Amino acid sequence: MTSSHPSDAQAVSASSSARDAALHDVGATKPVLANPLTEKDETVRSPDLETREYRLQARDVCVFYGEKQALFDVSLDVPEKAVTSLIGPSGCGKTTFLRCINRMNDTIEGCRVTGKITLDGEDIYDPSLDVVELRSRVGMVFQKPNPFPKSIYENVAYGPRIHGLARSRTEMDEIVEASLKRAGLWSEVKDRLRESGTGLSGGQQQRLCIARAIAVSPEVILMDEPCSALDPIATAVIEELIDELRAHYTIIIVTHSMQQAARVSQKTAFFHLGKLIEEGPTEVIMQTPRHKKTQDYITGRIG
Amino acid sequence: MTSFIVAALLLILLGLSYSQGYLGGRALAATGVRLHSRPRYHGILVAIWCLLPAILVLGAWALLGPGLMRAFVMSYLPPDVQELGPHQLNAAIRRVEAIASGYGVAGAMEPWETAAGVALRRMREFAFLVVIASAAGLGILGLLFARRRISPRLRARNSVEWLIRLLLLACSVVAVMTTLGIVVSLFNEAIQFFTFVHPFDFFFGTVWNPGFSTTGTAAIGQYGLLPLLWGTVMVAGIAMLVAVPIGLFTAIYLSQYASGRLRAVAKPVIEVLAGIPTIVYGFFALVTVGPYLSRVGSVLGIGINATSALTAGLVMGIMIIPFVSSLSDDIMRQVPRSLRDGSLGLGATPSETIRRVLLPAALPGIVGALLLAVSRAIGETMIVVLAAGNSPVLRFNPAEPVSTITVTIVNQLTGDSDFSGPQSLVAFALGLTLFMITLVLNMVALYIVRRFREQYE
Repeated sequence: MTSSHPSDAQAVSASSSARDAALHDVGATKPVLANPLTEKDETVRSPDLETREYRLQARDVCVFYGEKQALFDVSLDVPEKAVTSLIGPSGCGKTTFLRCINRMNDTIEGCRVTGKITLDGEDIYDPSLDVVELRSRVGMVFQKPNPFPKSIYENVAYGPRIHGLARSRTEMDEIVEASLKRAGLWSEVKDRLRESGTGLSGGQQQRLCIARAIAVSPEVILMDEPCSALDPIATAVIEELIDELRAHYTIIIVTHSMQQAARVSQKTAFFHLGKLIEEGPTEVIMQTPRHKKTQDYITGRIG
Repeated sequence: MTSFIVAALLLILLGLSYSQGYLGGRALAATGVRLHSRPRYHGILVAIWCLLPAILVLGAWALLGPGLMRAFVMSYLPPDVQELGPHQLNAAIRRVEAIASGYGVAGAMEPWETAAGVALRRMREFAFLVVIASAAGLGILGLLFARRRISPRLRARNSVEWLIRLLLLACSVVAVMTTLGIVVSLFNEAIQFFTFVHPFDFFFGTVWNPGFSTTGTAAIGQYGLLPLLWGTVMVAGIAMLVAVPIGLFTAIYLSQYASGRLRAVAKPVIEVLAGIPTIVYGFFALVTVGPYLSRVGSVLGIGINATSALTAGLVMGIMIIPFVSSLSDDIMRQVPRSLRDGSLGLGATPSETIRRVLLPAALPGIVGALLLAVSRAIGETMIVVLAAGNSPVLRFNPAEPVSTITVTIVNQLTGDSDFSGPQSLVAFALGLTLFMITLVLNMVALYIVRRFREQYE
């Protein structure tokens, strides 16, 4: 089940939207609040409150690091132009899942992924798919701010330069300015674009990394605990920024903080020991979780 | 026999004093008093108090003994011998010493020689006994003194720590002083050389023709450094041309592409190259590479000498590969993985990531590694002795024989040479030049490497 035929892209796309419909129907037949807490082995799914498009879908994704299995049959639909948060205790596989989406797991030796992740109906693990192109569509922001040891300008211009997005200097200047503005950093750095990106504060560095990801105009942005290395003030700035970015991008964020998930995300998926336990609208997960483990985690009994 | 006795004495003193101190401390602790230092430290402190005087006595004897013995022998020599020149006097004293040691000497023994020999032997035995006895006596005195000092409030631990610091300091002083000593002696001899040859003629002369020391001081010869310096630069340059691309690309492959298992095998194997003795490389250059190059040259219609800058440089380059690859590999792996992920996450290919992020980030460190490799290439001797053709002429064609600074030092110091003539002294001037070049390169390299380190800590 690892690949689809590229020629069937249209068909797959069509069938996946059919599957969505099916999924919605299943959800619709189960009233959310009527269900008591369960401990069943399948993922508990609550339907989204508003209808959204799902261009990014994962089906039965398993990940192995050598002999060890890190993810077990994860299936998740990611709503378009919204924030989806992945929560769960350390080592539960949420980062692993996130890194599957732009195939960053390829860079880890001995890592194997099975199942299917589709972006616009195209299987991203299809051998014929160009990883470089995928990663230009699915950007990533890492746990620790990792600006390149280059100037602020060069940090942002890095991606566009690689992908040949700017035909002239002025175009590049425009891309850099627009990206920095969108990342809320422009006013702070516009007079020192030539200074090193590593000289900024932690929060500024992280926004620089977000600007760097934005600069290649991705459709999806993956964020791996983007605030874990930041202080509360810088965290608040980033969270606000994420909320603004939601209008333009599909965002998936891994976070340790339940409050953060509640503040920034519309959909939440709870992982535990490599399994997707429960997923649904953030309010539902936070207020009326249906799985016992989810409730234990939310109330601080595990993790 | 004597060294055995000395060793035995020191060991006995050590065991005795440590146990005395330790037991003393423990006995005190057993009475219920709270000791400042644990018994172990009392033991060590007493041992130091005991051994230090004994070692000082033995050391003083090792330094002063020979001079005293010589004075003793002198008093036995007949007046006519005493008035001989220094060389003959030394010879006479050596004869007496040989008789005393019982080795026997060539030729008939004069009666005074025998008498002096016997007396010297007795004197030596007596002196040895005195020294051992006084060392032991002083040691015991020190032991008793330190033993009496043991008290609950004695800060033995602090004293021991202080002495250990002193010991470590002394060791580092030895290293520094040795370096200084070498530099000073290089300077001294080089200055002596510059009394024969003007520094300007040495540093800017283009002809190297030192002549032979046997032809007398009249023929001083010409000592132009430039042909040798040029040869050195050329050979090292060719070596770097070989080593830098191969080494660097190897490092990139190993650090970025190779699987863990391949790396675990390949890296040690490449490092074996660094373990091959340079004389073996030289041999390989002379017997295999040189003739091969010369054959290739004749096929292509260019004259390539079997022993040339090219041969030596090529083989030296192979020798240096592990320096470049191993150091660069380590440096590139020091670049945080997050930078690599950041670049890959933006859709850069592995090679774009290496070219635009990893290499620039690692560049200072790699430059440092390359400079270390250059100073290694410049100081390399054996390969060049065998394969560069030893022809100290200023030539610009790498396919012709050259000579380097190191090779010339070897030439000037081997064989019959009089160490007071410019022919030998020039070696020190050359050595000094070489030392300065590598010193500057190393300093620059260390500076660059240190700056690189700071960036990621």
